[in-house]
Amino acid sequence: MSILIDNNTKILTQGMTGNTGSFHTNQGLAYYGTKMVGGIHPKKGGEMWKADNGTELPIFSTVAEGKEKTGATASVVYVPPAGAAAAIEEAIDAEIPLIVCITEGVPVLDMVRVKAKLAKSKSRLIGPNCPGIITANECKIGIMPGSIFKKGSVGVVSRSGTLTYEAVFQTTQVGLGQTTAVGIGGDPVKGTEFIDMLEMFLADDETKSIIMIGEIGGSAEEDAAQFLIDEAKKGRKKPMVGFIAGRTAPKGRTMGHAGAIVSGGKGDAESKIAAMEAAGIRVSPSPARLGTTMVEVLKG
Amino acid sequence: MNIHEYQAKAVLKSFGAPVAEGVPVLSLDDVQKAVDTLPGPLWVVKSQIHAGGRGKGKFVEAEAGEKGGVRLAFTKEDVLAHAKEMLGHHLVTAQTSASGKQVNRLYIEDGADIDRELYLSILVDRESGKVAFVVSTEGGMDIEAVAHDTPEKIMTLPVDGGVTEDDASKLCDALKLEGTARTDGMKLFPILYKAFTEKDMAMLEVNPLIVMENGHLRVLDAKVSFDGNALFRHPDIIELRDKTEEDEKEIEASEWDLAYIALDGTIGCMVNGAGLAMATMDIIKLYGEEPANFCDVGGGAGKEKVAAAFKIIMKDPNVKGILVNIFGGIMKCDVIAEGVIAAVKETNLAVPLVVRLEGTNVELGKKIIADSGLNVISADDLDDAAQKIVNAVRG
Repeated sequence: MSILIDNNTKILTQGMTGNTGSFHTNQGLAYYGTKMVGGIHPKKGGEMWKADNGTELPIFSTVAEGKEKTGATASVVYVPPAGAAAAIEEAIDAEIPLIVCITEGVPVLDMVRVKAKLAKSKSRLIGPNCPGIITANECKIGIMPGSIFKKGSVGVVSRSGTLTYEAVFQTTQVGLGQTTAVGIGGDPVKGTEFIDMLEMFLADDETKSIIMIGEIGGSAEEDAAQFLIDEAKKGRKKPMVGFIAGRTAPKGRTMGHAGAIVSGGKGDAESKIAAMEAAGIRVSPSPARLGTTMVEVLKG
Repeated sequence: MNIHEYQAKAVLKSFGAPVAEGVPVLSLDDVQKAVDTLPGPLWVVKSQIHAGGRGKGKFVEAEAGEKGGVRLAFTKEDVLAHAKEMLGHHLVTAQTSASGKQVNRLYIEDGADIDRELYLSILVDRESGKVAFVVSTEGGMDIEAVAHDTPEKIMTLPVDGGVTEDDASKLCDALKLEGTARTDGMKLFPILYKAFTEKDMAMLEVNPLIVMENGHLRVLDAKVSFDGNALFRHPDIIELRDKTEEDEKEIEASEWDLAYIALDGTIGCMVNGAGLAMATMDIIKLYGEEPANFCDVGGGAGKEKVAAAFKIIMKDPNVKGILVNIFGGIMKCDVIAEGVIAAVKETNLAVPLVVRLEGTNVELGKKIIADSGLNVISADDLDDAAQKIVNAVRG
């Protein structure tokens, strides 16, 4: 088993005809034959899109039409910031079960609107401003480099794209490999939080251990720690390694990610690390030792 | 993006919020004319800098006098005297560096008779994913201190798509508004919400919101920042940007679409990805040195952007060494390597440089650096890279 996506997942690309969407649709097809089934473009419906490997994919005018014709169960959004929220809303309206928004720079009030709509919908959104999700050797949605993955037992969840790669690369190097890796994104308002992913990893039999990578800003890590403490009381617990980026970040400055800011006396690294350690997570002081720390934790 | 108090008040006024009459001045020549347009008998002369704590701040220069960055005047002559002391001098507050910020603009405002000082802000509440009001009866002081000492005096109210009568009523109750002030409040809260959402504000803080002796409410101070990601739909707000308030290197970086923040340390960093960039700063500190900057070149940087980032980092005279840390997913290591080599040659780099490359085309990237003949220290992983650059700057 894996979480969220596997080799049966069928994916539509919203924004496939742009450079980024085109490049990553090709990359998806090249990753264990991920089932990229079509693209969406309001003005190019009816045309065909040709992949590097010769595959031709249909372009539809709307997500609803694309879903109906292909049986898509997921969509990935590469639409530029100004139109990204509308693209997500269209996918929600079409009742796409899993929507992954890669786009960075979506206005936060647009996401406030999207989040309200999501709450009343049947869809799950991952992102925006995220690298996407990979189930090793099965399916790749988004921009993560497939080459660093190895099928294995670690579940990875992170607010940062490149730190997800570090965790994946290091767990591959130490031989553990991954089940699924998810980047939930660096924005303050997003579709999926740590708790949602931890719940799925705890429930997944193949996932034997979890790496959770947070960063400064907000209180999602503290909330996740409380969730883990509560679940542990019910006997649900897996070995975990953590990392928090931004110990040295100055207060009141946005550190690249819109959500990475210590403000109003909240969101600093130390309180997150303390909360995660209290929940039994081994928090590594170095981002270079995620893999080796997990090996130590598993040895007990 | 931050704006000045006088600009924030003009924005709020355009939505119908009650603010005092006031005139911004950029030079001493304008002061007399400004003060003549205001009725008196009380004026307030306020330093306009992008930092809080101005009232309790202190000027660096002796000729600026002992008083803070916000001064009361009871005669027009006093206004002029204050303006002379304040303009052009450096104000140090709890939110500036020790060298302070130069006061290039003043705001001369009509004084008000204050009965009570309240606190109000609007922001996006991350936990609920909704727009929320934060209010307190303890206005005019540092809200973080109030939150720490008397958290029960702060109320947070998330709202759904607009301020209902019920919401406004709850806010009035929390602020203990009665009579005229309550009538004003019922009108003011929806106005502030509208301003916040229509202009894509990231933060709207009114501290203090005052109840005047005549019972009416007034926005006495206003601090507004905007969501940088939404500026594309607000050309009128972009016009309000005051670049003299920003670090020169940060302005240049923003022109290249680089996320760069100047810091106080000695090791310059160039990294792809915000999380990895923060982690790189952290690991430098872990090995005992301080980062000179945060710099995220993003996922799709080309050779030119990498070279530009390099040059911006080198403009900081405190930089004694540079650490380049790239995990190439989308970004190809050979492209990074070419950008670094070009920049090293162009800037005649005289400080140690450690490069750690991983990911797509890593072997090709390493070969380009090795073949360049330049003095570049190669590192295998992030731990190795951090130790090498720390050792290099220590000589």
